[in-house]
Amino acid sequence: MKFSLTWLKDHLETTATVNEICDALNAIGLEVEGVEDPSDKLAGFRVAHVLTAARHPDADKLQVLTVDTGEGDPLQVVCGAPNARAGMKGVLGLPGATVPANGMVLKKSAIRGVESNGMMCSVRELELGEDHDGIIELPADAPVGKSFADYHGSSPVIEVAVTPNRPDCMGVYGIARDLAAKGLGTVKPIAMPAFSANGACPVEIRTDDPQGCPAFYGRVVKGVTNGASPDWLQQRLKSAGQRPISLLVDLTNYLMLAFGRPAHTYDLAKLQGAVVARRAKEGEQVLALNEKTYTLDTEMVVIADDAGVHDIAGIMGGAHSGVTEATTDVLLEIAYFDPARIGATGRKLGLSSDARTRFERGVDPVFLDQGLDLLTGLIVELAGGTPGDVVRAGSPPSEAKVIGFDPTLTARLGGVDVAEGEQRRILESLGFSIDEGWQVTCPLRRHDIEGPADIVEEVVRIHGLSNVASVALPRVEGVARPTATPQQKLERSLRRSAAAIGLNEAITWSFLPVWAAEHYASDQPLWELANPISEDLKAMRPALLPGLLMAAKRNADRGAASSRLFEIGRRYFRAADGLSDEKPTLGIVLAGEKTQRGWQAGKAKAFDAFDAKALALQLLEAAGAPVTNLMVMGDAGAQFHLGQSATLRLGPKTVLARFGMVHPASLKAFDVDGPVAAIELFLDAIPLKKNAAFARPGFAPPALQAVIRDFAFLVPESLAAGDLVRAVQGADKVNIASVRVFDVFAGQGVPEGYKSIAVEVTLQPGEASFKDADLKAIAEKVVAAAAKQGGALR
Amino acid sequence: MTDITSQTEAALLAIAAADSLDMLEAQRLETLGKKGWVSLALKTLGGMTPEERTAAAPAIQSARASVAGALEAKKAALEAAELEAQLAREAIDLTLPAQAAHKGSVHPVSQVMDELAEIFADLGFAVATGPEIEDDWHNFTALNMDETHPARAMHDTFYFPDKTGDGKDVLLRTHTSPVQIRSMLAQGAPLRLIAPGRVYRSDSDATHTPMFHQVEGLVIDRDIHLGHLKWTLETFFKAFFEREDIVLRLRPSYFPFTEPSVEVDVGYSTEGGRRIVGGHGDAPGHAWMEIGGSGMVNVRVLEFAGVDPAEYQGFAFGLGIDRIAMLKYGMNDLRAFFDGDGRWLAHYGFSPFDQPTLSAGVGARA
Repeated sequence: MKFSLTWLKDHLETTATVNEICDALNAIGLEVEGVEDPSDKLAGFRVAHVLTAARHPDADKLQVLTVDTGEGDPLQVVCGAPNARAGMKGVLGLPGATVPANGMVLKKSAIRGVESNGMMCSVRELELGEDHDGIIELPADAPVGKSFADYHGSSPVIEVAVTPNRPDCMGVYGIARDLAAKGLGTVKPIAMPAFSANGACPVEIRTDDPQGCPAFYGRVVKGVTNGASPDWLQQRLKSAGQRPISLLVDLTNYLMLAFGRPAHTYDLAKLQGAVVARRAKEGEQVLALNEKTYTLDTEMVVIADDAGVHDIAGIMGGAHSGVTEATTDVLLEIAYFDPARIGATGRKLGLSSDARTRFERGVDPVFLDQGLDLLTGLIVELAGGTPGDVVRAGSPPSEAKVIGFDPTLTARLGGVDVAEGEQRRILESLGFSIDEGWQVTCPLRRHDIEGPADIVEEVVRIHGLSNVASVALPRVEGVARPTATPQQKLERSLRRSAAAIGLNEAITWSFLPVWAAEHYASDQPLWELANPISEDLKAMRPALLPGLLMAAKRNADRGAASSRLFEIGRRYFRAADGLSDEKPTLGIVLAGEKTQRGWQAGKAKAFDAFDAKALALQLLEAAGAPVTNLMVMGDAGAQFHLGQSATLRLGPKTVLARFGMVHPASLKAFDVDGPVAAIELFLDAIPLKKNAAFARPGFAPPALQAVIRDFAFLVPESLAAGDLVRAVQGADKVNIASVRVFDVFAGQGVPEGYKSIAVEVTLQPGEASFKDADLKAIAEKVVAAAAKQGGALR
Repeated sequence: MTDITSQTEAALLAIAAADSLDMLEAQRLETLGKKGWVSLALKTLGGMTPEERTAAAPAIQSARASVAGALEAKKAALEAAELEAQLAREAIDLTLPAQAAHKGSVHPVSQVMDELAEIFADLGFAVATGPEIEDDWHNFTALNMDETHPARAMHDTFYFPDKTGDGKDVLLRTHTSPVQIRSMLAQGAPLRLIAPGRVYRSDSDATHTPMFHQVEGLVIDRDIHLGHLKWTLETFFKAFFEREDIVLRLRPSYFPFTEPSVEVDVGYSTEGGRRIVGGHGDAPGHAWMEIGGSGMVNVRVLEFAGVDPAEYQGFAFGLGIDRIAMLKYGMNDLRAFFDGDGRWLAHYGFSPFDQPTLSAGVGARA
């Protein structure tokens, strides 16, 4: 809401400065979003008297004026306006002033060789209107030398954000009332222009939908003359950011902006028969004042006559029966509509208006007769005409809410002690009435007051939130207790482990283009937004890799040699009940160069699947997963290189991670240069450490030194090294501490279809050193175990 | 005697003059070798009478000892010189670059979330989470925004075409407040929690992104009032910005889920184009900046969440994590948070060892 200080002072008797008013507005919950003082822009412009006007010696269209500025010698000014002439009064911009319309700083200059000491201004140059046909002509009594800002009566404009619970402050008068309660002055009584109404209303007015439109008041005024509004009215509307249209339209806007009370004026000549508030018929159409046609349904309330719909009730009037310059007889409408239905209608039609904003929040049910009289009086005063009697169909809600209030609640909930008398004063100044037993009757306009907490808010906001003192929360004795859950600890340690390994944490959008999400989708349907902000942000991600691949592409496009990105976030799936199943996941993308070309390393190297495997295992270990028990299996997914990817599983069904090289087709789809390695850790599958003790299992380093024996086996090419290792490991569970592959070889000396795998077996003696016979027996077991896998000792 | 003395002197001179191990070996052979004169002299002792031997032995033994000592010392000296020469030959250019290790980083949003968790843990708040794909009951209705509530329209909500089994709309949560409802329903009262996480609004311009991060705070207990809310936020901001001159201004506002509702402003000054939090907003060179919404939990919300409003009351607040991260660490472009630009991440990200702790201060200084 915007309004000028002058307008506020129509309703508030106050000596407060603009700053004091703004501070008070902020303090009571009417947030000041800005203050603009038009006189700031008009600094350096003053009322001036043109003494002489003569043709410019070198230009046909220019004149050379001498201008009295009210002080010193008259100034010589060159002017191109056709209406400039001796004897007129106008507005002179002096050197140093900035022209509001174009930001030009005026200075003394020579125009076609003639000195000019300022500029006579047009309406448009001062941003006071559109007129640019000539310079401003002021009345003869305009005081020469006076600052034009003061003469013009410009007044600071305050913009406040009115929260949706306060429709009563969506008019200047309501704001004045709140400020008065805060002690900034007193509210002036509403000036009601006198008029006398007579004659029955010639139009039948009804409400056929008492639920949607409980009250519909109307009055006919005949013989009005529409035209331009007077200055005071135009100035007020302009300060609110509204363009004056015509007197009849402006007056309804004035009623709405000054008192928060929307009304509507129909051209009586365009109406036929009874004017009725009713539900729209299915498919009924209306051309609204915004020149758009709306198709209505039976949930919407309209004002209609025998010919059809004239108004989408409480939201926007119709084009057909709107007033024009030619209008002479009008029907005024003031109604009360069900707020919820107005909101639903507006949402369904996608139609916003100032009237809707007020009606859907709830207007003052008491201000119907008074509002109609005020509108009538202003019309009669300014547009003439003879008003008829009011017709009242239905009645607005009239049952006030009564709340039993305990004034000590203010301290208990609001944290500030306010004396009972002061609480009473505050509430009464806001229109509440309170009996001896603290039964609080709420004004009908305060739709937001529901219970005692709301009354505390009223008291505290007027008393001042700045008076609320900080009070420490009670603290548990001793040192604060740990609060993080095992899942949170897991994510924290993974995040910092990944960063310590040299990966950069990214955060990418949760939503993807549909094609990218589909590329990584499981067999479940994706979550796709009905109203995405763009097609690129539409489907919830089923994997973390697409977002990271897209980031890697952007990095490469910017010339980055490599991207080592990780993200910890959710993948979005559907649970059995169809609801959201969000799985915490760590994704990693390794793109570009693993090592740069170098004087030692030679050519740049790319990432490979074992880089991915190493990271996956390292991070799983950081996450506390039992990495020594994991199985390396297939099925990483179609987005991975078929032969260079795997899953890490705890048991055959629990997939903890997938890793490997990204499929070339996938790279092509995301337009990323390969090779690219990728990893996803499925954090929900990692067993959490719950209630683990601090003490580790007992351990003493073995007293005897371990013995290392090497074996090389010739195995079929298809045998996975892991199978051989597992077999060897199992050959003697007591003595074999570990088995490690240290060489894999195929080619010269190895038969076709075979490869040689060399393993280093670490044997840990227990109580006594191994004897030759012991070592021989173990070696035989190892060879036998390898043989079961098809391996022959070389 | 003079013979041996002069021979010894000659040998010692020769040993001292040897400038290679080979020349030294030649000297050794000449003296202590099988046929060296010292060895031969020693052998003559065997053929002597005891008297002769007593007379001759000391001179011969002494010659042997001094020659052997000289040989050994010279050998060590020559070997050391040889090693030095070898090392000199092995010199490398250490101005050449070494293999650089890649420095990883933690995203500022994660860092600030960890900071939040650390500070609020000290105040007894646990960290709670909830789904991002929500239903409209948790996101709106239970927060006192029924279907017709105008505030719903102000949330710029992303909807899915799906419905829940019982016909509720499915949407992306517009705030972290539904976690309040879920936590109260699951745990009841009393309760102290923060709920950081992603939230979504269909809004995109220079200062808004359709996805951003919020943290919700909730305290439910007996006798909790606005003064506790003010203290909690003041205490948090003092700890978060690590400065004592934090001044908050509470302004009345409106949120359907709180009553009374309070907007929180923090005083700041501008230095070198950057906002520096601290000081009174009305002090010269200072101003107020909106930093979060808060209030006492609306009685209806407590009822929806199964908490008895006759017994319990409390406060809730919501802060923008990205925003307080920007204020603290000096980023100025929210969109860059979600771009994954390696250069930005390296510059604004944090070392993995900047784990916030109370003893070191939760913040990581530049």
